[in-house]
Amino acid sequence: MKRVREGTRVFAATLFATLREIFDEAAYARFLSRAGTVSSRAEYAAFRREFEDAKVRRPKCC
Amino acid sequence: MNKTLAILGWGTVAVLGAVAVGAVAVRRGEPINALWLVVAATCCYALGYRFYSKFIATRILALDGLRATPAERLENGRDFLVTNKWVVFGHHFAAIAGPGPLVGPVLAAQFGYLPGTMWVLAGAVFAGCVQDFVILLFSVRRDGKSLTEMAKDEIGRVGGFVAYVAVIAILIILLGVAALIVVNALKASPWGTFTIAMTMPIALLMGVYLRRIRPGKVLEVSGLGFVLVLAAIWGGQYVSQNAALARMFTFSAPTLAILIMIYGFAASALPVWLLLAPRDYLSTFVKLGTIALLGVGIVALHPTLHMPALTRFVDGTGPVFAGKIFPFAFITIACGAISGFHALISSGTTPKLIARETETRMVGYGAMMCESAVAVMAIIAACVMQPGIYFAINSPAAIVGQAPATAAATISSWGFPVTAADMQALAHAVGEQTLYNRTGGAPAFAVGMAHIFSHSLGGETLMALWYHFAIMFEALFILTILDAGTRVARFMVQDALGHVYEPLGRTSWYPSILATSGLIVAAWGYFLWQGVKDPLGGINSLWPLFGIANQLLATVALCVATTIIIKTDRIKHRAKYAAVTLVPLAWLVAVTFTASWHKMFDPNPRVGFLAQARALSAGPATGVTGRLIFNNRLDAAVTGILVVMVTLVLVESLRQWWGILSGAREARVKESPFVRTRLVEEQG
Repeated sequence: MKRVREGTRVFAATLFATLREIFDEAAYARFLSRAGTVSSRAEYAAFRREFEDAKVRRPKCC
Repeated sequence: MNKTLAILGWGTVAVLGAVAVGAVAVRRGEPINALWLVVAATCCYALGYRFYSKFIATRILALDGLRATPAERLENGRDFLVTNKWVVFGHHFAAIAGPGPLVGPVLAAQFGYLPGTMWVLAGAVFAGCVQDFVILLFSVRRDGKSLTEMAKDEIGRVGGFVAYVAVIAILIILLGVAALIVVNALKASPWGTFTIAMTMPIALLMGVYLRRIRPGKVLEVSGLGFVLVLAAIWGGQYVSQNAALARMFTFSAPTLAILIMIYGFAASALPVWLLLAPRDYLSTFVKLGTIALLGVGIVALHPTLHMPALTRFVDGTGPVFAGKIFPFAFITIACGAISGFHALISSGTTPKLIARETETRMVGYGAMMCESAVAVMAIIAACVMQPGIYFAINSPAAIVGQAPATAAATISSWGFPVTAADMQALAHAVGEQTLYNRTGGAPAFAVGMAHIFSHSLGGETLMALWYHFAIMFEALFILTILDAGTRVARFMVQDALGHVYEPLGRTSWYPSILATSGLIVAAWGYFLWQGVKDPLGGINSLWPLFGIANQLLATVALCVATTIIIKTDRIKHRAKYAAVTLVPLAWLVAVTFTASWHKMFDPNPRVGFLAQARALSAGPATGVTGRLIFNNRLDAAVTGILVVMVTLVLVESLRQWWGILSGAREARVKESPFVRTRLVEEQG
């Protein structure tokens, strides 16, 4: 039972981490960590500006 | 004991797989349950991953868990980042999964369920997964270099140039075809158009929420956006029932085409992240959720496939698109079996996130297996319909006739009975005025998906809602591809033009942004307009063109992979292993070159572009004859140019291989030098 609970916890944590990566929440957290600051409107706007420069070059498949 | 258990376990999987594939392949004359396809696919993927990918990983690529990857060596917290393998897997799958594995198999279902299923399974296990895996690994070993850069380094300047041009050509054709699919799904559909129109204010609202209320909380706002989209789908039925509102949201195909072109230009040229980024998130949210839901629905309902294993249209006379099973089934289904476009993603963001070389197997080979499973789901969705209904939805009016009774009679005369009353009842059930001549694959997929969902979740009363959910899901992520693709193509053109005149390369210089955005939109817009005006529905000529372009890019990717393997194995005296990429390469060359030949020179006007141009010249002239003739000649020329370019890459590659194997040329592999990883010590 303990192993099942641990397995479920690991699965949920990995799924959440994957979703955070896909939806750029993790990228924003890294941006804040790099800048040594906390989340705010101005920081998010700065993140978007930096992110868009890279993101537009990412291809998405058909 | 463990070994005995493993042999017993894998032996059981092999036997089960053989029985399921056998049942799918030999059953004739009676409907088959979709679970046979699910079991066959699951067993093939399991065996392919366990044995074939392991063979490639250990014997050919010699994956080295001690070699530091660029994510570790060049880590900068932005592009290069050591990431959990499951996270990279999800990220990679989200990038490669698009409308291709849904639409292609639906169109190829005109041959029956068997050809598409066999090609999807064999193509993925022996070609598509292999391509994605080896290109990912080779990019990891080259600091995350792109396919075009690797082609230039390993094959030569010609390889690099051709790969670059092929990417732009594919993007343009892909965007034109994708836009056409949306147009055909939304034309004369106030419910569908209203739902898609509502995603704009919803995305803006999400943008404001993200920027002003809860900065960075994307998952939260995507969930909220999803609920609002569901509300829009619910509200769409009232729009379609209200005469004034329905008129407001009812557009003809040309009008929708113009609106989509304006959208594509604005998305590329204007700083509209407030709209685009949230739409991208919303589209990904819906896409991943729907694919998972469809898988659950198929297993829960395990529907019966009504489409026969093989239809009479294997002879090339199909109404959905013309052409024989070989080569056309193999270019119609690209993304579910092998897609050159994946090589761009395997050499794009993903290699910069991989923590260890050994993880490329799971990410590259494994994610493509999941994409292939999506294609199997699309085959099932298309084949659960009665064949008569499938053909009524997917056949253009020029083939089956404009009037419902005529169309039903024509399709019934092919041996697939359907009545005008059946079609009217189905259209009513899904909340549409008509479902005839909805070419493009998306509406047929939506009907199949609605059938599966409504039988497993909610019953017949929810059929209309599920249909419009499916249409919204497809249109939403096709529109996301349109804006992202236009921007990617714009940047590529700007990169190239920057070598001619430096300011043109600046991505912030507005004259350049406007000019290049206009150029790209005009290019794919031309193909879209051509499809909208085509009396055969556009898909007949444009989807094969897209399939050829995509598979030709895969040919370039496999040339790069084979060249690198031959160079590596020449050093280790094991050149025979190049067969793992050489065999799929030979198959793709046979398929794409044969298909290209048919599309250019086949004497049947429904197949050959030039024959159709000649037939139009010989027939009665109308106001659009001249343009139709020009379009056919243009399509033939585009096909010819792509084939000539890929032939150049092939010749250049063959010269490399011959030189290396004969000892005349030095086998120099342009990899980054070996650096021992520190991750092992850190973890130990």
